Amino acid sequence: MPAAWVMRILTISGSMLALSISLTIAISVGAVSIPWSTVWGVMVNHIWPGAVEPSWPAGHDSIIWQIRVPRAALAMLVGAGLAMVGASLQAVTRNALADPHLLGISSGGAFGAIVALLHTGLFLGTITVPLLAFLGALGATLVVLGVTRLAAAGSADRLVLAGVAVSFIVMALANMLIFLGDPKATHTVVFWMLGGLGLAEWSHLLWPLAALMLCGAWLWGRAGDLNVMTAGDETAITLGLAAQRFRLEVFVAGALITGVMVAFSGVIGFVGLMVPHIVRMIVGGDYRKVLPVCALFGAILLLWADIAARTIMAPEDMPVGIVTGLVGGVFFIWLLRRRSMGANG
Amino acid sequence: MMRAAELHIDEACWSPSRHAAPVLHPVQLRLAAGSVLGVVGANGAGKSTLLRLIYRYYRPRSGRVAIDGVDIWSMPARIAARNVAVVLQEQAVDFAFTVRSIVDLGRTPHRPGFSFSTPRDRDIVESALERLDIAHLAARRFGSLSGGERQRVMVARALVQEPALLVLDEPTNHLDIRHQLEIINLIRDLDMTVVASLHDLNMAALVCDDILLLSKGKTVGVGPPDRVLADDMVSLAFGIRARRERLMPSNIDHFTYQL
Repeated sequence: MPAAWVMRILTISGSMLALSISLTIAISVGAVSIPWSTVWGVMVNHIWPGAVEPSWPAGHDSIIWQIRVPRAALAMLVGAGLAMVGASLQAVTRNALADPHLLGISSGGAFGAIVALLHTGLFLGTITVPLLAFLGALGATLVVLGVTRLAAAGSADRLVLAGVAVSFIVMALANMLIFLGDPKATHTVVFWMLGGLGLAEWSHLLWPLAALMLCGAWLWGRAGDLNVMTAGDETAITLGLAAQRFRLEVFVAGALITGVMVAFSGVIGFVGLMVPHIVRMIVGGDYRKVLPVCALFGAILLLWADIAARTIMAPEDMPVGIVTGLVGGVFFIWLLRRRSMGANG
Repeated sequence: MMRAAELHIDEACWSPSRHAAPVLHPVQLRLAAGSVLGVVGANGAGKSTLLRLIYRYYRPRSGRVAIDGVDIWSMPARIAARNVAVVLQEQAVDFAFTVRSIVDLGRTPHRPGFSFSTPRDRDIVESALERLDIAHLAARRFGSLSGGERQRVMVARALVQEPALLVLDEPTNHLDIRHQLEIINLIRDLDMTVVASLHDLNMAALVCDDILLLSKGKTVGVGPPDRVLADDMVSLAFGIRARRERLMPSNIDHFTYQL
């Protein structure tokens, strides 16, 4: 159908355009405001040296290339990753409220990262924090699944309740670790945990990129099975899918992405909740389309959340987790209201 | 392309764990290709358990379930899904899927990994939509449909699997009389073998070639409706007094019940 193709091309090219504009704005806005032409000039020059004659102060070059581009890149990776994880968890839990933050996965990741930052030290080098964050996220995930089974909580809403409960416990433990930790280091850790992209560096981007590429591609490859999961476990099994096993695999992939993202950006909530809902309104439910569009929209959303975080209290750099928390909380209430009004259709 | 398979349940039984009391005692049954089996019995008689054994959700504690002579547990889940399709009462969550994409899920066992629908897939989906008279709903959101429409969508999804055996769990539940009759007519018209659990004995007698009557996990009777749906057996299975009367002038047998 040509009309469907037109829509598809419009959606993709429209969101790519929106992403480039958001990226440009994110790089140009800040304590030093930099014109768009300089933003692109510097970026093109770094990718392809000598392509543009520099007409900007040398300081702008390093602000853009050393600080703002890695920061924007981290924002995009984290946004894309969390949105894809949220969408996938929603399918396998059959729960529109599933989100790595609400299910306690982010808290588990934060716990693991705090253990590494304050207590064990980087005994494995730069991979220590993301690795422990992944293990923490995975541990919290398994606890949530265990609690759900223990409480025989088959229903979807109960899974979220179990997640919130586990999240509280894990956060309490994490706070205790901070309390017991070196007072000089705690300020940094607390600030990091609120969710911030300020620590972004080129050398750190490898891990989030690798996690997103591997797990994101795997999730997208299983998009057809994610579709099947929404029909219910029993139906999924009769369609030839090993439902329980697949759910566990998706949770592990989700924990990997979430843990690594948390390790570099702290706890950024509600991206995984908001983005899939908005995306479904535009492209419908099919995960073969939902997942890539979620990645795009998640990247855009977090770029804008970071722009807001840097401008609202400028020149202070507010943690971006505060922005997503505020917006996401309101979104959550709106979602509940919509559900309670019987808007099933 | 429709095909029908012979179903052979060979002393299959099931219990939740090794030492637990059996929920379903061994069932012995052979259903000819293309015929319709009605599974009837009171609540908790083991109807759902038997269906779950047939659609490979439960593995029999002992005995086996075979389709055209092949044990369903000897084939991979995906291959089994190309042979057996199921319509359950389970409700899909509303994730903004259209009716067409829900029906298209039935093509999953025929598709290798990640792929969009092929033209052949689309033809099969369209013809199932036509057959269930839901083509006009194809672009609607599944969540916005009425119960009867949803049921027809789920049947269409099962047909798209191109199974040789179709299992239906209470297919006429929550449907108005017209849609009940439509589903019944459809079941009779299908070329494939059908197993359906049914509450309404009169409907079961009307549509089924064979009846399996269960009570407390045990087979009370199996065979043609005339023989199995007899007053005494039905009375025993449901703990009531049932009487089969002949309606005039339609000349149809009809059950009446008393406590």
